[in-house]
Amino acid sequence: MADEPDYSSRVALPPRTRVAVGGAREVTESLFTSGDRKKKIQGTIFLGLLLFGLSIALISIAAMITWAFVAGGPRLNTNLFTNVPSVVTPENAGYRTAILGTLYVIGGVIVLIVPLGVGAAIYLEQFANPANKFNRFVDLNIQNLAGVPSIVFGILGLAFIVRGPLSLGFVAAAGSLTLALLVLPTVILASREAIRAVPSSIRDGSLALGATVWQAVWRQVLPAALPGILTGVILAVSRAIGEAAPLLLVGAVTFVTFNPSFFEGGYSTLPTMIYSYAKRPQEELQVLAAAGVVVMLVLLIMINSVAIYLRNRFERTW
Amino acid sequence: MSTSVVSPGASSGGAPIRSLEAPGPRIGEKIIKAVLWATATLSILVTTGIVISLLLPSIGFFQQVSIWEFLTGTIWAPAFANPSYGVLPIVVGTLTVVFFAILIAVPVGLASAIYLSEYASKRVRKTIKPILEVLEGLPTVAIGLFAFNVLTPLIRELTPFLPWTGPFSIGVAGITVGLLIIPLVASVSDDAMRSVPASLREGAYAMGATKFEVAIKVVVPAAISGIIAAFVLGISRAIGETMVVLLVAGAGNPVLSFDPTKGTQTMTAYIGSTATGDISQGTITYDSIFAVGALLFLMTLAMNVLAMRLVKKYREVYD
Repeated sequence: MADEPDYSSRVALPPRTRVAVGGAREVTESLFTSGDRKKKIQGTIFLGLLLFGLSIALISIAAMITWAFVAGGPRLNTNLFTNVPSVVTPENAGYRTAILGTLYVIGGVIVLIVPLGVGAAIYLEQFANPANKFNRFVDLNIQNLAGVPSIVFGILGLAFIVRGPLSLGFVAAAGSLTLALLVLPTVILASREAIRAVPSSIRDGSLALGATVWQAVWRQVLPAALPGILTGVILAVSRAIGEAAPLLLVGAVTFVTFNPSFFEGGYSTLPTMIYSYAKRPQEELQVLAAAGVVVMLVLLIMINSVAIYLRNRFERTW
Repeated sequence: MSTSVVSPGASSGGAPIRSLEAPGPRIGEKIIKAVLWATATLSILVTTGIVISLLLPSIGFFQQVSIWEFLTGTIWAPAFANPSYGVLPIVVGTLTVVFFAILIAVPVGLASAIYLSEYASKRVRKTIKPILEVLEGLPTVAIGLFAFNVLTPLIRELTPFLPWTGPFSIGVAGITVGLLIIPLVASVSDDAMRSVPASLREGAYAMGATKFEVAIKVVVPAAISGIIAAFVLGISRAIGETMVVLLVAGAGNPVLSFDPTKGTQTMTAYIGSTATGDISQGTITYDSIFAVGALLFLMTLAMNVLAMRLVKKYREVYD
């Protein structure tokens, strides 16, 4: 009787009538509300499980960021940026050369991926005949490359860029080239998506007015797709910044105490330096590694915010 | 756009007829097209480069170690005085990581996807999706360090009955990789479920189905190929993950063992840790990196091709 509907307040009824009235009401309601109580409970439990699942993902992000700030807190000062790495005096060691190394490597990545990635995307979306077998093969190949593990690109870098045909040696340029090849498929796929989102009427209108295909692409399609392309490039760059595995193979693990240069001498980057510190037993270096994580997270959050801003600022529907 | 038919030349007072063809062959245009073609073709060179760089040293490796011995041997000790090149221990290490990763990522990723696609309002979606993307974009070094310092002690606290030894654990590495691939699984499944036509849902609601029934009995089965593709992509990503495994499982002594509480090596961790050490080119240890890399490449390639087929399948059905 616990869940008996409350009709008694409205009319005073004798007990027998009350039961009959309640039964009649319940039967009618069950016809209109979707079934029984069991299903309602089932639905609620299910929703609870979904939210629990989602919260695992969200909580682990929050926990990670909190941990980095707490564990790295003691070392969060300007020494972190100005001092060079050291194992002998860990309490004074910093990330200066690693940060510079990251800037060099990422600078090279940007210079390489923007023309190569956008060029390939333009070709595949605006010039290539999708029925052509070769073009279909290129397309498939790019999708496959996007799924190749990053460490395999490290092997490519070691065999072809550090040694072999290019023989650059273990220098920042080799790291740059390796990471550029790694994120290139991402840039191509993102740029294609951005170019495809520009309605074909824009291009057709331009062509109808006498523009050549390139003129239509350069003056109409590309400007319209630019925010999307930029977002893709930024996201690819932020992936490159945090990438460490392929760089392990192309030399970016050395403790560099001098400012790196692009084509000669050892180099190291922020994520590989964090890894080098973390591997060592000293307590101070563990703190330093966590502080490095904070620096990297702040950098990435800034970069990603720019991407999100661009996406929202220039998002438009045609 | 006049509808009347006018004979050419008569329309504008006898102006000369001008051809619509370009006056010249437009060489610049052709050059630009060629350059763009070259940038697109570069990706094929990259793939070729990967295959060559894996294959050539592997051939040298397999001249000294038989493929059979490599694939079925149970002792992996390339740097020892009495070297042995049985790849099974590090393959088992990788599979253990994949197992635990899937154990975490499939339920959590799928739950997140069902919630985002079927329950969440537009505003909630717009908030949660970028947050999940943040998790996807976090550097794996950072996640690995976090797992080593926070997750490992936590899981040990919670499971005192397990025989924990040493600071490293392949099981925790797997769980961490699982956290890492949740966004991937969630976003690919979410895409698949959102491409299920609304009419299917409406039909089910009209028959009196509850939201739970629509999600589980209609939307998930309709999107199943895309959801499986998400799992397969997750597996591929888990196979290739390096930094988390290096930091959490320790890249220690590779022993053929399914024990998740101990540290061991995976294929990626072997490549990562061996290549950073000082090994000279031309030795069999150096070549073994490439042989393991080739195996890794083949495994992920198979997964990626499978995933692409599955995605194509649901696209064909609903688009």
